[in-house]
Amino acid sequence: METPVLETLWDAVTRHGAAARRVLYDRHGSCTLSALAGGSLFTDLESLRGRCVLIATREQLATAIALVELDGVARRMVLCTPDLSATALAEVAAMAQADLIVCGAGEAPGAVPLEVRRLAAQPLAAPINRRASHATEWILLTSGTTGTPKLVLHTLHSLAGALPRAAPADERCVWSTFYDIRRYGGLQIYLRALLGGSALLLSAADEPPADFLARAGAAGVTHLSGTPSHWRRALMSGAAAAMDPKYVRLSGEVADQPLLDHLRAAYPRARIAHAFASTEAGVAFDVEDGLAGFPVSLLGEGRGGIDMKVEDGTLRIRSSRNAARYLGEGARPLEGGGGYVDTGDLVEMVDGRYYFRGRRGGVINVGGLKVFPEEVEAVLNADARVRASLVRGRRNPITGAIVVADVVLADAARAAGNPEAVKSELLDACRRALPAHKVPAMLRLVPALELTAAGKLVRPGA
Amino acid sequence: MSIRDTVVSVFKQVAGDQGRTLAPLNDDLKLTDCGLDSLSFAIVVSSLEDELSVDPFNSADWVEFPVTFGDFVKLYDHSHA
Repeated sequence: METPVLETLWDAVTRHGAAARRVLYDRHGSCTLSALAGGSLFTDLESLRGRCVLIATREQLATAIALVELDGVARRMVLCTPDLSATALAEVAAMAQADLIVCGAGEAPGAVPLEVRRLAAQPLAAPINRRASHATEWILLTSGTTGTPKLVLHTLHSLAGALPRAAPADERCVWSTFYDIRRYGGLQIYLRALLGGSALLLSAADEPPADFLARAGAAGVTHLSGTPSHWRRALMSGAAAAMDPKYVRLSGEVADQPLLDHLRAAYPRARIAHAFASTEAGVAFDVEDGLAGFPVSLLGEGRGGIDMKVEDGTLRIRSSRNAARYLGEGARPLEGGGGYVDTGDLVEMVDGRYYFRGRRGGVINVGGLKVFPEEVEAVLNADARVRASLVRGRRNPITGAIVVADVVLADAARAAGNPEAVKSELLDACRRALPAHKVPAMLRLVPALELTAAGKLVRPGA
Repeated sequence: MSIRDTVVSVFKQVAGDQGRTLAPLNDDLKLTDCGLDSLSFAIVVSSLEDELSVDPFNSADWVEFPVTFGDFVKLYDHSHA
């Protein structure tokens, strides 16, 4: 018999017992983890052993269960985000060398030339062999400069190494998150709940925040996590009082002081933490003193298995939770010198505290979603009337930043007049090619763009 | 144009640009029911910053998140005063 090389997600989930109380809920239904001891969403789980699997379900609950079932069984699992176009899905499948795609009950996977497995809506009772044979690779998608997602290779250990494994002793703990669990921030909460022995309430795309908060209140959610943008939207829904969390967590974007103060007022009894994490570097630290930024004392080596330093103005992190590498041809290495990952986040010290000041390279963070300016500029520059364009972030109190573009028209286009029509056609082209958060919210026609001495566009920190 | 008229016209403009259906705007309408998503709100706030030269969300006097359309207009009325 092969021996398991690593503890799997299923091992970790069952170690706490009381699995009947361990429920995964979404808007449409629920599944107890105990049902997976004698049943499966797959009709023939054993045939997935050693396979390289794209998980592309519409609803989060199906993915949540598939991850438990496939960790230790599949050679590689790729967590596809719900916004992938058919083209991007095919590119991801090729880069990940996938040989199978998993989708939800009644769903069609799109035009991907792979064997398709549809999950049952509920576990089908059957004898299941949950023996671990593979140290399964977890592949997460993250935005890239070209519009094709980058694939980041993780393991359960690199994703969950920092998470507490024991449930809070005598209190019922129910986690929830505004995030989609197929993105890094949401996946962290999913693993926290499963490894920590608690239940988990999943969000749904397009669910009004008041409905989600009411569901969270009814399910007795005690721990809720989201981006600062999610939390602003919750406060603006007027339904924040529908729930009474013990723990409020913010990550994925810079948490500003006004928001932290408003959350303190809305949830006076809750612990309020803002965390720094990135898909590449893993979770780095939590701040719970109610103040924006983080104290200088967090820098240094060996704090909770994490080394942090600031070099050339950006935050660098080294830990065993760093993703191993990007996947795909020509992928650049993740790590710089000495095993440190450059997060690209610019920080500035003021009175013994570091504050985030945007991103190096101009990456724009819109409500927790990364936008590379080059990707948007490529769409604008594809129009023959455009001579040059510069896309940058503009600070915004609702989503942290929005995307704005400055465009220089070619002489002929300028001479032809009717600039408003040109603007609106350029924006239409962006809307066809890009998801909404990447489309410039404002587009200005300008006579020229500033260049550096080396002839490159001047990119301000967003 | 009054502050309210400016706010209404920016809501309509952004809803049109973002392909969203705007509910009839009145003071009691909840912002989360008006048809705009987070991104659209973000654009509304930046557009109003350009039109009115104020960003009440970044002001020290900002005490509460607006919940209704009426709250939202009031926030700009006070900041602009």
